[in-house]
Amino acid sequence: MRRLARDRAAMAALVLFAVIVIMCLLAPVYAAWAGVEPFKSTLDAVITIDGQDVPVMEQSTEGLGLGYNPIGPTWRLGSYFLGADNQGRDVMARLLYGGLNSLVIAGSATIVTLVLATALGLAAGFFGGIVDTVLSRILDILWAFPVYLLAISLSIVLIAQGVQIGPITIESGSLSLPIFIIGIVYIPYVARPVRGQVLSLRESEFVLAAIGLGVPSHRILYRDILPNVSTTLIVFVPLMMALNMLTESALSFLSIGVQPPNASWGTIILDGQGLLYSRPMVALAPGLAIVITVLALNVFGDGLRDALDPRSKIRIGRG
Amino acid sequence: MIFALLRRFGQMIFVMFGISVLVFLIFFATPGADPAARIAGRNASPEILEAVRKSFGFDQPIYVQYLTMMKKIFITGDLTSFVNRGWKVVPAVLDTVPVTLSLVIGAAVLWVVFGLLIGVAAAAARGTWLDKLLMVLGLIGISMPVYWLGEVMNLVSQSRYHDTWMFSWVPPLGYKTFSTDPKGWFLTLVIPWITLSILYIGLYGRVLRAAIIESLQEDYIRTARAKGLSETRILLRHALRTSLISFATLFGLDFGALVGGSALLTEVVFGLQGVGKLTYDALLNLDLPIIMATVMYASFFVVMANALVDIVYILLDPRVRTG
Repeated sequence: MRRLARDRAAMAALVLFAVIVIMCLLAPVYAAWAGVEPFKSTLDAVITIDGQDVPVMEQSTEGLGLGYNPIGPTWRLGSYFLGADNQGRDVMARLLYGGLNSLVIAGSATIVTLVLATALGLAAGFFGGIVDTVLSRILDILWAFPVYLLAISLSIVLIAQGVQIGPITIESGSLSLPIFIIGIVYIPYVARPVRGQVLSLRESEFVLAAIGLGVPSHRILYRDILPNVSTTLIVFVPLMMALNMLTESALSFLSIGVQPPNASWGTIILDGQGLLYSRPMVALAPGLAIVITVLALNVFGDGLRDALDPRSKIRIGRG
Repeated sequence: MIFALLRRFGQMIFVMFGISVLVFLIFFATPGADPAARIAGRNASPEILEAVRKSFGFDQPIYVQYLTMMKKIFITGDLTSFVNRGWKVVPAVLDTVPVTLSLVIGAAVLWVVFGLLIGVAAAAARGTWLDKLLMVLGLIGISMPVYWLGEVMNLVSQSRYHDTWMFSWVPPLGYKTFSTDPKGWFLTLVIPWITLSILYIGLYGRVLRAAIIESLQEDYIRTARAKGLSETRILLRHALRTSLISFATLFGLDFGALVGGSALLTEVVFGLQGVGKLTYDALLNLDLPIIMATVMYASFFVVMANALVDIVYILLDPRVRTG
């Protein structure tokens, strides 16, 4: 840990990430202070700039003068800092709310992946034999499946109607769907290295001694093996989180992640696509937010890996 | 060696089977909804629903349904869309393959060349400002959402700076076939190639640098130094050569994954009618037969590409060959 604390780039990245999280957590405060409704069409809103009333949706001056253009960035905090989208909603407020959703989904999906992958990796590596064969083949199948196509297949089936599995009903607009989808598709990325590590731990002397003493398997797994793979798991957290942020935004951009009127950074970029040439800030701002957040996570993740597990070859970035 | 090859081949067949079962279960056996209604699309009439049920054999046992689906996709190829009545799905998918291949091959050339340059330059200059700069740029490339980068590229080249000398050559979005208009084909693809390759240039540059620096610790490098070889020669002839193994493996996997649908986001942003764009349009229209076919073909392609990488590995690496 001291090594990590001395890594200035990693610490700066961690601070930056914390600032982003805090800003997103303050989204409701910002919306209340600015007096905007980030999830409702407010086409007839009027704001005051320098004592003048300006409508949020202004009459288009290009072409035939038909239609309306949302207001561009005012660069004044609290009154459409980044402008409005095509429904007259404050982009800055939506950016903060959207960031919150992106972070929640990426974080929860990371937890889902790590928990399931650890369980699979431990079981496959420790019990070996038929358990290992079956689990490894399942991981092979999941590994070979193109991520976005798997996500599209799952979401076209799930998002349209929602799912009902026994007593659990997940509604179609729920955030748990993207969490579940992203959490599942990356299991092999983590489960494979965990399995490999458990395989070698299984043959180490202290584990063989415990088995010889008749210690029950679940106790060996919990007391001897899990603490030894935990370093690998910790190293995975920021890197998986970065990958999940990118995947979440991509799925939301393809309209199979967060569902409107809810927002995430991906959906705001999608909203901004139609306004790209007239009001580019709607699409630029959330993209920059993603780049900065993911970059911070990657820099911190690299530092964490160098400090905890310098010889590991953990490297994420495909997707 | 024959045994290793056969084993890898068997594994490939198994994974393909597993994927087809998984796709089948996702589309036909998710709990809580009628698969016929999903396949028929929005607001389907009772007649269409009936036609779907009959065509996919929903009154028959589940393994017959699986076989029917596989037959429709791979043997008879008569899977049809119900959203666009009568549209044959399999030829539609095959039509999009050249577009995706054009995109991915061009991007692959860029990312291999620049990935090599950046990796070698950073490794040669390790510890200096150049190394740090290249690695930070690489990390930024890895951290950018590709579809957003594509939009920024469009904004710059199609709108903001389109009238300047820099981007006046950029044609409007869309795809031109190579056989009828090779110049148009090239010009429309330049910006998509750059966009798609940036992530991989960053990734491959970083991976290659790490691999070269690791192999510079090896004993044979010390031997080469002791022989008095020049530093450049050691770097290019000895360290780079071993590092290319991981580079090539990674390339096989990524190339397969991109052709198999991961280029989707780039295709969507640039309006290139490839496999990914076809899937995306089908997603918007809720046209499930198209998605079934693209998912099945694409994932099979990925599995075969992965197997091919391993087989080349077995053929080339003497340790695997004898073992």
